[in-house]
Amino acid sequence: MNPRASLSTLTRKPWLWSFLAALLIWLATIAFTGGAGAGSLLSGALSFSAFFVIVGIGQMFVITTGPGNIDLSIPANIALSGAIGMKLMNGDPGLIWLGVLGVFCSGLLVGCSNYALIRLLRIPPIIATLSASFLLQSMAIAYGRSVRVQPPEIFYQFCTGNLWGVPYLAISVVVLAVLMAVVLNRTLYGRWVIAIGQNPRAAELAGGRIGRVRFATYVLSALLASLCGLLLAGFSGGASLSMGDEYLLASIAVVVIGGTSVAGGFSNVPGIWGASLFLYLLVSMLNTFGTSAGVRMILTGLIIIAVITAVSGRRSARSA
Amino acid sequence: MNPSLSLSAQALKKPQINRARLLRSALPGLSLALLLVAIFIIQPRAISYMGMNLMLNLAVPIALATIAQMLIITVNDLDLSLGSFISFVACVAATLLNEHPLLGCLALLACIAVYALIGALIHTRNLPSIVVTLGMSFIWMGGAVLLLPAPGGSAPHWLQSLVRIKTPWLPFAIIVCIVLALLVHAFLMRSPLGVVLRGAGGNPLAVAKAGWSLLRIKVSLYALAGSFGVLAGLFLVGLTTSADATIALRYTLLSIAGVILGGGEFVGGRVSPIGAVLGALTLVLAGSLLSFMRISPDWQIGAQGAILILVLALRAAVNRLETRPL
Repeated sequence: MNPRASLSTLTRKPWLWSFLAALLIWLATIAFTGGAGAGSLLSGALSFSAFFVIVGIGQMFVITTGPGNIDLSIPANIALSGAIGMKLMNGDPGLIWLGVLGVFCSGLLVGCSNYALIRLLRIPPIIATLSASFLLQSMAIAYGRSVRVQPPEIFYQFCTGNLWGVPYLAISVVVLAVLMAVVLNRTLYGRWVIAIGQNPRAAELAGGRIGRVRFATYVLSALLASLCGLLLAGFSGGASLSMGDEYLLASIAVVVIGGTSVAGGFSNVPGIWGASLFLYLLVSMLNTFGTSAGVRMILTGLIIIAVITAVSGRRSARSA
Repeated sequence: MNPSLSLSAQALKKPQINRARLLRSALPGLSLALLLVAIFIIQPRAISYMGMNLMLNLAVPIALATIAQMLIITVNDLDLSLGSFISFVACVAATLLNEHPLLGCLALLACIAVYALIGALIHTRNLPSIVVTLGMSFIWMGGAVLLLPAPGGSAPHWLQSLVRIKTPWLPFAIIVCIVLALLVHAFLMRSPLGVVLRGAGGNPLAVAKAGWSLLRIKVSLYALAGSFGVLAGLFLVGLTTSADATIALRYTLLSIAGVILGGGEFVGGRVSPIGAVLGALTLVLAGSLLSFMRISPDWQIGAQGAILILVLALRAAVNRLETRPL
């Protein structure tokens, strides 16, 4: 393959950039440490990125359905689901099924109420999910106030264990991502999601049931956020109220950095993995370099703005 | 159809629309009044100079933040960095402004310039404001953490005494809120420039064709929003006397909720400064009402969400009345 052809493949597949950037950062970090801890860094990155990927996929489906669609209830949902899951399991391996079922039900309810607010009150999704998140946050505070319940041992093992250095969690989430890519690109539902994002009017005239597709999308996003909350609680040895806080920015950032169009209609599942690895590795690289928390945050913010600026520049160049 | 008949139908329909519009613009005031009545019934002593002063102590910074958010929403954008920006300003005021007043003033001016720059960036590259301001929220947070790694610092004394002025008859907080609402209303809703600014949210193409620079409009609105954010941060740190990097993080969501409660909409430059201030006061007083009712503070955020949903439901009902006259 000549260099120009490979370059054009690169620009046609925006998600490659995020993997490339993640790889570069990983190399820079191990060059700095002299090769020490390269494997454990990668293993940690896979674990932490898995959580970003779970919520990122849900947010991606929501964002794909068109401008203005966004799910702001993710952090509150994560906090609530973690609390529900840990409380129902109560540290007993025999009750894991109950915890999973409870979290699944709460996710389902959150998704339904999010869409009900959007539909019944005819308000923009931002406001609907925002007001829902206020309620969820209060519920999480009131419900999760009691003592910290440890996850059952076997659940903890699943969330933190690994197979030849690859975390179980990462393997499961890769499977989930493949599944979601198939749903997005090969099923009727996924095609409608993309069609509605590109042109809702045309999709409606073509017979698309916009209401149902958007309903399913908000439920999917809420379910994935609940799943993330449950696994996160298992991973960190118990639920905490603030554990979802960073996931609002993260869920949007991985979608954008991963090459999904913020205007909707064009989405990208593999990019979410690349972007999640990139974000985690970036933070840990800055950690290794010994930068302070403040500098780390500033750089993260700058990179997000730089990426979104570069991405939009590329798109306008292509359309010109 | 007979033209005279359709004309009379139109004439019949008109008062209905006006009533719906009147109802909609009265909604923020009504919900605030309802809340005050509820507070008065439960705890009559709260509706006094002292009581109002205590309840509305922290309302002014929230009202200022809501106005800042409203200016951004005017051009159909959203500022998710406002809370961390106000925290950053509070940290600057409690450290730099106190120790080196000149440097502190320059830093605050630079903050406003950064806001203007963000507006320019969002407009020229046509970027989604949510993503850009989300990134900015990290930058402000990082700056705040660098300035004040642990809670502390001290607000300048002139600032502390300024926000604690004792005014006769009405508490200072209420006077500031009224002046703020009327000033911004006069500027944004009544002045010719305000019409153009709102027009940039309602019909940008028409405003651009009329010869106005959309870039300059957006930059000035962002700069104005930054200025109100600075005022909010200064007022807040004057009240709390010391700062912390996370002091105002919840203002981001509160300010959005305040704008929406006040009748603002996300599209078309439909905003209302008076409504926004009323919305901010409603959110603050909701917390007081809960504590008077002896409901655990756990549910304070939830109550704010419930009020938001309730008011939006009422507005949806009013809108339905407008489109389908009884």
